[in-house]
Amino acid sequence: MKLYNGGKIIAGIVVFLIAATFPFWYGRGKAVRPPDLKLDTPVIQQLKEKLCVEPAPYMRANHMKLLTVWRDAAVREGNRSYTAINGRVYTISLTSTCLECHSNKKQFCDRCHNYAGAKPACWNCHIIPEEVR
Amino acid sequence: MKNLGISIIAVVILLMLPIGAAAAEWYSLLTVALPYGALTVFLLGFIYRVLLWAQSPVPFRITTTCGQEKSLPWIRTNSLESPSGLFGVIGRMALEILLFRSLFRNTGAEILEKRPVYGSAKWLWLFGLLLHWSLLFILLRHLRFFVEPIAPFINALSAFDGLFETGVPTLYLSDLVFLTAATALFLRRVVLVRVRYFSLPQDYFPLLLLLCTAGSGILMRHFTKVNLIKVKELATGWVSFSPVIQEGIGPLFSIHLFLVCTLLVWFPLSKLMHMGGIFLSPTRNLANDNRMRRHLNPWDAPVRVHTYEEYEDEFRDKMKTAGLPVERE
Amino acid sequence: MSFAKIPKPDDLIAIRYEPPETPWMDTPVVFRPGTWSYSGAAKNLTALGLPNPRAWQPSDEDWKLPENWQSIILEGMKERLEKHRSFRLFMDICVRCGACADKCHFYIGSGDPKNMPVLRAELLRSVYRRYFTASGKRLGRLVGARDLTVDVLKEWFYYFYQCTECRRCSVFCPYGIDQAEITMIGRELLNLVGCNINWVIEPVANCFRTGNHLGIQPGGIKDMLEFLADDIEDRTGVRVEIPLNRKGAEILFVTPSGDYFADPGTYTCMGYMMLFHEIGLDYTFSTYASDGGNFGLFTSHEMVKRLNAKIYAEAKRLGVKWILGGECGHMWRVIHQYMDTMNGPADFLEEPVSPITGTRFENARSTKMVHIAEFTADLIKNGMLKLDPSRNDAHRVTFHDSCNPARAMGLFEEPRAIISRVCNHFHEMAEDTIREKTLCCGGGAGLGNDENLEMRMRGGMPRAMAVREVREKHGVNRLACMCAIDRATLTSLMDYWVPGVTVTGVHELLANALVMTGEKERTTDLRGEPLNGKTNETL
Repeated sequence: MKLYNGGKIIAGIVVFLIAATFPFWYGRGKAVRPPDLKLDTPVIQQLKEKLCVEPAPYMRANHMKLLTVWRDAAVREGNRSYTAINGRVYTISLTSTCLECHSNKKQFCDRCHNYAGAKPACWNCHIIPEEVR
Repeated sequence: MKNLGISIIAVVILLMLPIGAAAAEWYSLLTVALPYGALTVFLLGFIYRVLLWAQSPVPFRITTTCGQEKSLPWIRTNSLESPSGLFGVIGRMALEILLFRSLFRNTGAEILEKRPVYGSAKWLWLFGLLLHWSLLFILLRHLRFFVEPIAPFINALSAFDGLFETGVPTLYLSDLVFLTAATALFLRRVVLVRVRYFSLPQDYFPLLLLLCTAGSGILMRHFTKVNLIKVKELATGWVSFSPVIQEGIGPLFSIHLFLVCTLLVWFPLSKLMHMGGIFLSPTRNLANDNRMRRHLNPWDAPVRVHTYEEYEDEFRDKMKTAGLPVERE
Repeated sequence: MSFAKIPKPDDLIAIRYEPPETPWMDTPVVFRPGTWSYSGAAKNLTALGLPNPRAWQPSDEDWKLPENWQSIILEGMKERLEKHRSFRLFMDICVRCGACADKCHFYIGSGDPKNMPVLRAELLRSVYRRYFTASGKRLGRLVGARDLTVDVLKEWFYYFYQCTECRRCSVFCPYGIDQAEITMIGRELLNLVGCNINWVIEPVANCFRTGNHLGIQPGGIKDMLEFLADDIEDRTGVRVEIPLNRKGAEILFVTPSGDYFADPGTYTCMGYMMLFHEIGLDYTFSTYASDGGNFGLFTSHEMVKRLNAKIYAEAKRLGVKWILGGECGHMWRVIHQYMDTMNGPADFLEEPVSPITGTRFENARSTKMVHIAEFTADLIKNGMLKLDPSRNDAHRVTFHDSCNPARAMGLFEEPRAIISRVCNHFHEMAEDTIREKTLCCGGGAGLGNDENLEMRMRGGMPRAMAVREVREKHGVNRLACMCAIDRATLTSLMDYWVPGVTVTGVHELLANALVMTGEKERTTDLRGEPLNGKTNETL
């Protein structure tokens, strides 16, 4: 196969290949397991029923939406009570309701957020309580 | 309109395939075999097409000159539109590839009061440029699903893209821009009679495909949420060659993934190859240094010419009568 | 030129840009009189050894194609795909964005959608898809592929001889796709089965035999130049020499044959002769290389080379140092972009240096041929010429950038540098119609014949209207250009669209202004029209 301007074109193809396969070589082929969430905080361990505000699969996908609803309810409407789908009533509060159980922000929140590249704006306003840091 | 119809039918079929595959629980096909296959076709196909072009030589230096040539020292050369050297060519190509320089020149001609009038028509340029740049942003942002830890530039790009922090999760500007631009280009093709007249099914098809892909992606981000951890597990599985078969990330994800794979396969088979082709365009990537440096034609061969001897043999008498010098009496 | 057979300008301009109801693949071509050119005569094809010489006309039902014409064309396509990256690439990467569509003067002037460069290319591309791509072979029409039929061939003929290869579309294309390149290949393919036009192939045959398109024999050339010298003497009182086939001259001068055989080109030729005499240039004309123009460019790459070979051969035979070229368009595309590659290297010549100013023409150091606008602009810049621009005061001038010097050379400033020093009234046309965006004369690439007159007037309309604008605004009455085809075709174009504007070469204007040693007081310009501004043109 005779190529014309072969040098330049091959160089171009190599650049293209390097760019197009960036994810393959950037991680050097190491498989990375997704973060294993730590649910073993003292408060959770003491729970009889290990239940979040809403069922876990829903929370995994939609917690950011729920938190936005909570924020609006608390800050804009002054409503601090939330009735879950199963009828339980929770106090709307990130730091005292959510973080009471999930008192391991680094292990629980951050690992997933970092993994997925999410940059939640929670901590722009909220102070991270000393015990969950 | 028939050509548009063909494209729409093709896309509808493509939308149903992944739903069917998910229903049939062909998850290994959908989430492992198909992505690997599509990427392979894309990479090998792309390279094959480029090598095919590379096998044809550029026999003549046929630069389209869009500015003053380099000639006399006191005449200012336009080194970007009529480059005489390597740097000028690089500049010209960069302008072309990054900013769509030639398309920027676009005008619209119409006859007004019995004379042609040329109006500025930058819409095609604007939407074309926005489409390509937003697509690049979107592609780079998606790298967050493929690499761990996420490279800082990817996070920075996402932060920039979500600058206005509208909604949770943040609305990416590139998504909005992409949808707008692709819709505008699609409508242009459908609405403008002239453009519709020469549009082929394969002209509507990639735009529809891109719109559906982007649409499914945006739905997943903002409306029907999916578990991103699973998505990332799948994607990092691919790139580390230890794929994890994922079940039930959701029908939208199946569609999204399937359409992306379709696009990857379609790419080297179609006009989308303009991405590689523009680098090789001989009217743009050659310097206008024709009379300075000799360009070689690899297939140059002798041709039948009419030599001076033959000419003089035919006209010798007439030349002598006219008093013109001759080689042989 | 009689315009009796074609519509009046007011009717011609009523152009509709609505495409027909039927899809373009289902709209067969109609050979309407006035829009196509007569076929190449058999004797010319025979003289050149081209295939399938016969008597036929495009309007005939039966084109008398060879039995295996399809395989000839497809083989030819395959060969050209392998020989020209441009061809393969331009077949592959068009996205049909349509940026080129209304850039073509033939589309602007006719409204025929197949004159949009994108669709003109699709005529060929649809066949390429059908026979050379995997999808086209299998899916056919579904992906815009179609069989090569006689109707398709007729369509190619009609539209590839309705493209002047001016490259305007290529300026606007985001990938630089050049319809001229596609048309050139398309015409090459048509030539393989003997389908060409006489207005191209007869000049080619002439040029091959006599050295010039008009078929003028050595004595005729000498007579013509002497006639011009007489005219010069009559106007200026100065007798200029006529160096012809002179060995040992420093410079070989090559110009299009239109310059010494057809008005108004002759005045430009007189301009060259006066200039060369005044500066004492050691040069010679040649009867063998008596045409720089090269209609091979409108035939095939091979024919370009066959006709062009004589220039270097003659330079070598005469032992000149370098070559100077006159005002011509497509000639300069050939010289700038093809000659050195095809018939070089010109290692027997020297790097061109102006013997008058000592300027080295470094931009021509390999090809060793200099454009006369470059040469003269340098003379003026160095103050070597005594000029009286008031002698051109009767002329209000605008300048038409010819397609080839503009888009295949980038020769923009040199002619302007000359014009602005030799006349006092110079007005540019609108920005969208000059320089790299210049519009076409409508008759280049072999289309400047009379039977094609309506299409020429249509294709030239955008250019003519731009002239009309400066005529209305500034009273322009002279259209300057640097191309022999322009000088012929723009003249008819002006008569039709903008009566009262005459066409001139740049060196005609220069010679009007050139103060010559020993000249008598000039009372007329080169055309014998009085200098005081009272020309027979009335505004």
